[in-house]
This record gives sequence, structure tokens and C-alpha cells, in this order.
Amino acid sequence: MRQPIKYYQVGSFAVGNRLLDPDERAVQADPSRSNTLTSGHRACQGCGEALGARYVLDAAMRAAEGRLIAANATGCLEVFTTPYPESAWTLPWVHSLFGNAPAVATGVAAALKVKGRTDVRVIGQGGDGGTVDIGLGCLSGMFERGDDVLFVCYDNEAYMNTGVQRSGATPPAARTATTQAVGPEPGNVFGQGKSAPLIAMAHEIPYVATATIADLRDLEAKVERAMGLHGPRYLHVLVTCPLGWGCDASASIRIARLATQSGLFPVFEAEDGDVTDVTKIRRPVPVEDYLRPQKRFAHLFSPVRRDDVIAQVQSRADRNIQRFGLVD
Amino acid sequence: MFQVRIHGRGGQGVVTAAELLSVAAFLDGRHAQAFPSFGSERTGAPVVAFCRIDERPIRLREPILAPDALIVQDPTLLHHVDVFAGLVPGGYVVLNSSRAVADPRVVTVPATDLAREHLGRPLPNAALLGAFAALCGLITFDSVAAAIRERFPARLAEANVGAATAAFALVEEPAHA
Amino acid sequence: MRRQLEGSRAVAETVARCRPEVIAAYPISPQTHIVEALSQLTKTGELEPCEFINVESEFAAMSVAIGASATGARAYTATASQGLLFMVEALYNASGLGLPIVMTVANRAIGAPINIWNDHSDSMSQRDSGWIQLYAETNQEAADLHVQAFRLAEELSLPVMVCMDGFILTHAVEEVELPTREQVDAYLPPFVPRQVLDPDEPMTIGAMVGPEAFTEVKYLMHAKQMRALEAIPRIASEFEHEFGRSSGGLLRTYRTEDADTVVLALGSVLGTIEDVVDELREQGERIGVVGLKCFRPYPLDEVRAALGHARRVVVIEKAFAVGVGGIVGQNVRLALSGLPAAVYGVIAGLGGRPITKASLHRVLREGIDDRLGHLTFLDLDLDRVPAGAT
Repeated sequence: MRQPIKYYQVGSFAVGNRLLDPDERAVQADPSRSNTLTSGHRACQGCGEALGARYVLDAAMRAAEGRLIAANATGCLEVFTTPYPESAWTLPWVHSLFGNAPAVATGVAAALKVKGRTDVRVIGQGGDGGTVDIGLGCLSGMFERGDDVLFVCYDNEAYMNTGVQRSGATPPAARTATTQAVGPEPGNVFGQGKSAPLIAMAHEIPYVATATIADLRDLEAKVERAMGLHGPRYLHVLVTCPLGWGCDASASIRIARLATQSGLFPVFEAEDGDVTDVTKIRRPVPVEDYLRPQKRFAHLFSPVRRDDVIAQVQSRADRNIQRFGLVD
Repeated sequence: MFQVRIHGRGGQGVVTAAELLSVAAFLDGRHAQAFPSFGSERTGAPVVAFCRIDERPIRLREPILAPDALIVQDPTLLHHVDVFAGLVPGGYVVLNSSRAVADPRVVTVPATDLAREHLGRPLPNAALLGAFAALCGLITFDSVAAAIRERFPARLAEANVGAATAAFALVEEPAHA
Repeated sequence: MRRQLEGSRAVAETVARCRPEVIAAYPISPQTHIVEALSQLTKTGELEPCEFINVESEFAAMSVAIGASATGARAYTATASQGLLFMVEALYNASGLGLPIVMTVANRAIGAPINIWNDHSDSMSQRDSGWIQLYAETNQEAADLHVQAFRLAEELSLPVMVCMDGFILTHAVEEVELPTREQVDAYLPPFVPRQVLDPDEPMTIGAMVGPEAFTEVKYLMHAKQMRALEAIPRIASEFEHEFGRSSGGLLRTYRTEDADTVVLALGSVLGTIEDVVDELREQGERIGVVGLKCFRPYPLDEVRAALGHARRVVVIEKAFAVGVGGIVGQNVRLALSGLPAAVYGVIAGLGGRPITKASLHRVLREGIDDRLGHLTFLDLDLDRVPAGAT
């Protein structure tokens, strides 16, 4: 996905750049946007998920010409948007359970299809816990059947809503409530990891993409691209959780950018199982630049500096860079 | 109420036989109930199915413990399973065998041979039902044939009816005393 | 049209005539023939428009039904035993959200130990889930109850499970009068959802309700289910008017008018019980039967009225509450509280153990002679398992 203009010089504030051609402006810059996730919700200050969801939903609503139904998994997004009797959603929205959002989305899509309402689109969404762990079976089923659903995972790398417990998406060495920074091997284990985007690609679905809240225009463009297709589509969005990651609320976007620039979070697109485009890292940074500002990695630096662990994390970043061709 | 118990091995069409028998009875204007003794069926494992026939609606749902008649689709079962258990005095058995049996309750029918001849496969159930129709006053051969035709696609149905017809003839006019 | 048909097939063909729009299917013995037949009917075009979705688990099956029903489609699925348990979270979700999903439960025992044969432990384990529970006595009633179930579910905006004994009914071939599509159309109007996901009128379904309102929401759910006590007899009566036969309702009585002893049970065992009761009547015993058709909501007043004059009630049930005893028996005692009738609980037919006339004669004779205890396991024979296996 080639963005016509790069915003590195001015950061993501330029997303709303009024000097831009109207056609190139972000959806969020448009006063007539849907405000699908509207104000008054209860998210934490600096919540990456709220930011990401707002961009995703408005872009999807625009692409669907306002005819969109959302199925949401249990998690932060669901909890902070629907405290009865209030709701922050201005589109038809259903929350069922933790592990079944993809299946509920399948059901919604089936109902629309049988009723001949081909103009209405379906989006399923959830956090990393609901998508890569408890919801993986349903996600895989939806992919395999070819159901016409765009599923978006907002990945903040732990079960944040319940108090920051480890999920299958938690990165190695990260401190969580269930992978404490104590003992000879502090923080999360160095497993093989569970890459939901790669799993999605293995299903050879029409479109898979990763994105972050650091490049919001890119995120919108990918949503638009996905909405231009039919069948199962998967979008994996890295969203910073200042509370769970232990960083400043104002640093959400900056931390997400460091994740991409270090190579730890590759940004790419794939179609039918093959990578079709990657976002190159213009200026790679060592992983330490990414790890240091987050308290969830503080144990790697103090009381004793753990060069061995940092090196392991670096080698994972290097592998991503090599595997996806992130650096020229 | 007339109660039939059918013994065989998985893959021989025992359950289908019970079902066809019940359909035949139904076509003859009676009430009938057929059901298998549900096992995790594996080909070759002993299988039992039941059929009740009555002039009145059937409410009873226990397995048939005191059959009025038996159909035994596989003679090798005689050594492994007590197929005759509970057979009422005066009850009779239709046994798939090309060899005569000394038991006066038993009528033998070379059903596998007839099946091979008419169907090209050793599926003896239709032939045995044809033979049974000759012995049991509660179902007519025509209804057995109609049940078979209802159940199977045309070519297979006719082949099965052929085997049933041959078996019916054999039993109606036995070649031996 | 009267046909000699396997129970599963009768149910599938009847469900097809109810115009389901989304069917979610996951196979489990002994329900498989139902979903197989529905799959066939969808592919041949006899059942359309309908989206038949092969899902990856029972949890997914109920979840797909939830999504479909919330979007205004008439949704159906079927399961049994382990499958029902696997979707429990979704069962509560469906009833809590007030979605009129209809599901067949082909009653089967729950493991461990694994057992594919019939008893009522599966549906009984979900009696508190907020689903309406109906129990069929015959394949005719099983088919008929599905038609009534869609009507009931959509009228009340509550999900309904139709329970039919696995294998004993699902795999039994007997005569059934299948409803015609015209008859069903005359009886079952198109689904008009009470709340629906629609871009023209967006709404939020499934909000988080805190301590300040949760009690009220749950109370209203209970009140809604209690309305089924009025709706079910009415719907059954209208069914009889349209289809010309009696099916369903809250309960059915047989020879209870002057009975000292009344046997109460659910499901297919009622047929065998009636044969035994007729034989005991011939021996001069004043004995009758109450067949419970609706277990949830529990028709407490109707049970009390049907049993109140009896000296003793023998409850024969195919499940039990471990650590306590009978489930149906407890509910019967509740209905009869304050009345002098003795209630004898008999647990029978677990894991598919046949309930025979002989056993019933024995246990009912003991009941009539008031020699039965509070709780009896019918045909219990500890020699069948190694000693010390407790």
C-alpha cells in the first residue's frame, strides 16, 4: 500500500492536514464522518484501541456507505463502549461472548445473505485474547468457510480488560500479571509465538493486513482496501495500551511507531496467502529503543541489565526484517 | 402384537431390513415400529434391529426380548451370539444359510447366494424379507416389494425385488420337506 | 400425509416446512440424521431460501444462530449431550438476549464416562439456562413440537429447545403425519423480530449491565418465561385446530381421574409406562400417568392439579442431580408441598439402559405397596462393575 504523501516529518498529526487535497484527506478529517464510535465512552486516557477502532469503523462505514453491522467480542472495547444504559456505538452492534465474535459475524452475514440484503456489510472485532486465543477456532471456521466478514483484531498483547494477563499474543519477555518479572526468567516465555496474520494467510483468504495506530492513514487505507473485497478478510492492528504496557498516555502513537521501526511488528499486506506489499522501515532502530519506554520491559534494564534477553528480542526483530524484507 | 428381531453384522443392512419390514406392514394398513439396538456400529460387528407390528398403535418402546420371529442374516452369529434368546414357543426363524439346519423352528434361505445372483453383492436383507413375507401373515410380498422400491433407486430396487421374489418362491414351495 | 419415517427425518422435514432461514449444523450422535437431512433438503432446493452453515463446533453453531437471529433471520440448530454442554455459554447468551432460536436436543447421556445412548442428563443440566424446554413422547409429537416451538419462541422472544430421546425416537421408524407447507404457513407467521440489527435503525445489543439493573433484567426474563405457561396451552390448542391432532401442551394425563397411584415421566418412556398401567388396571389397581410435556417453565399449578388427589406419585426420570437425587422428583415434591401424597423417585434408563415392562411392573408394584424409598435406581446391579470402583 503506497501512501501518496509521507508524514514522518510532522508525525501523525498530519492525518487531518487541511492543506491536503480533499481526496487525500483521512476519513477522520472529514466533518461528515460517521462517528461510529462516538464520544462519551469510558476508555483510558491514551487508549490505542479506542483510537484504532474509531479510525477503522469510520473508514469501514464510509466504504459501506453507512450500511454496516458490527459483532464485537467481550473485552476492553466492548466494556468501555456499552455501559448500560449508554452506548457509544452509532451503528447496529452486537456483543455476544468472548470467544465467538467471528461466529456471530458469520451468523449476521448469513442472515443478510438469505434476506438478499447484499448492500449491508459485516465487521467482526475483538482484542488479541478474543481473537488469537479463545476465539481462534471460530476465526478459523469463518476463514475456512469463506464467510463475507472483515475481522479486525486490536492487539494490545494481553488480556487488558481483566487486568493485564498474558495472552497468546503477548511478546517474549513482557511482564504481565501472569508472567511476572521475577525469578531467573522474568516476564513472558520465549515461545514460537502465535502470529494471527500468518495463521490467516495460511487459510489463503482474500486479504490479510497488519497496521498500527502509528500510521493512521495507512490503517484507513487498508480498511478501505479490505472493504472493497468480499469473503473473509483479516486486519491485525497493533494498539498501544499505556496502562498495560506501562508507558505514558501521551506516548501511545510514538511507542507503536517504535514497534514498527524496530522490526518487532512487521507491517504488510497479503492476498490469497501471499505477501503482496510491505511497509519498509525507513530508519531501523534497535529494539532497546522500543523496550525502554515501557515498564512491562523494565526488568530487562534494572536492577540488572539483561543483555542476553535483549539480544534474543533483537534476533526476533532481525528475523522479521529479513523474512518480510523490511529494510532495503 | 407381532415382534421380530433381526440379527446380522454391521454392513449387511440389518437396520434397513427392520425399516423395510415396518414400511411393508404400514403399507398393509398396520402399525409398525422399527429401531436398531444402537451400537457404535462397525462393519462386521454383531448388530440387532427390531420391528413390531400391530393392529393398534404401538406405545411400547423396550427392546424385543420375546420375539415371535427371528431373521438371522449371518449364520456365523449362531456361534457367537445367543440369537435365539427369548424366542416364544411356536416362534420361527428365517436363517440365511445354504445348508439345512436340524431345528424345526428354522427355515433356511440361501439369501447370500440369491443376493449375489440378483444384486451382484452379498447383501442378503431383501431376500430374507421376501422369504419372511411368505411365512408371516401380517405382511404381503407386494408391500415388501413396494417398500424396497420406495427406499432404493430404480436399478438397485429392482435387483433387490428380484432377490426377494426368488426367496419368496423358495419358501412358499420348499424343495425339501 | 401419513408416512412411515425415521424420527430424525420427520423432524428435519417438519423443520424445513417452518421456513428456517439460517441453519447451523455440527454433527453429534444421535442428532446427525437431522442435520444431514436438512443439508440435503437445502441443496436440492426444497428448503430455500436458507443458509445452511457447517460450523466448526457446537459453540460456533449456537453463536452463528445468535448472530443470525439478532439480524432477524429465523435460526435453527440441533445438538445433544457433549455438544449441548460445549455451547452452554452461548445458551445463556441466547436466552439473555431474548433471541427466538429453536434447537432440537436429541437427548443423550453426558460423560465421563462417554456414552452415546439416551437419557435426559443433557437437557436437564440446562434447565436453568433460560430456554423453554419441551419434551416429545413420540416422533409425531417431536415433529409437531418444532412447529409450535417456532411460534412460541417468536411470540415470547425466547429460545426453545425441543427434546426428543436420542436413538429411541431419533432412530425409530414409525408412522408420522407430516404437516404440509400450507398448514405450517397458516399457523406460523413470518418472523418479526422484537429487536434487530439494521443499519436503518441502529441499536446496541449485548450491553454490559451492572449491579444497579441486573436484577431487574433477570427478573423480567423470568417473568417472560412464566408467560409461556399461558402461551403453550393456547398455541397447542391452535395447533390442534389447524392440524387436527393433539400435541404438546403443558402436560397430558392418562387414566388419572380415580387414580391412587400416579406415575409421572417425560419423553418416550411414557409409551411403555402406559402399556404397564393398562395391565395393572386390569389387575384392579387404580393407577394413572402424567406425561410432562413442558419442563421449563415448570407448570407447577398444573402438576399440582393433576397429582393432588393421588395417594402416591412415582416419578420416573432419566437423569439425576449428583449429590442430591432426582431432579423431576424434586420439582414434583415442590408442586405437591402441603399435600399428603408420597413421592417416590425412580432414576431409570441412564446411559440408554432399556426401561422394560418387567422392570416397571416390579417398581410400580413396590410403589403401590408403599415399599419404595425416597430414591431408587431402577435395575441397579453393582455386579456389573468391578467391586470398589466407587
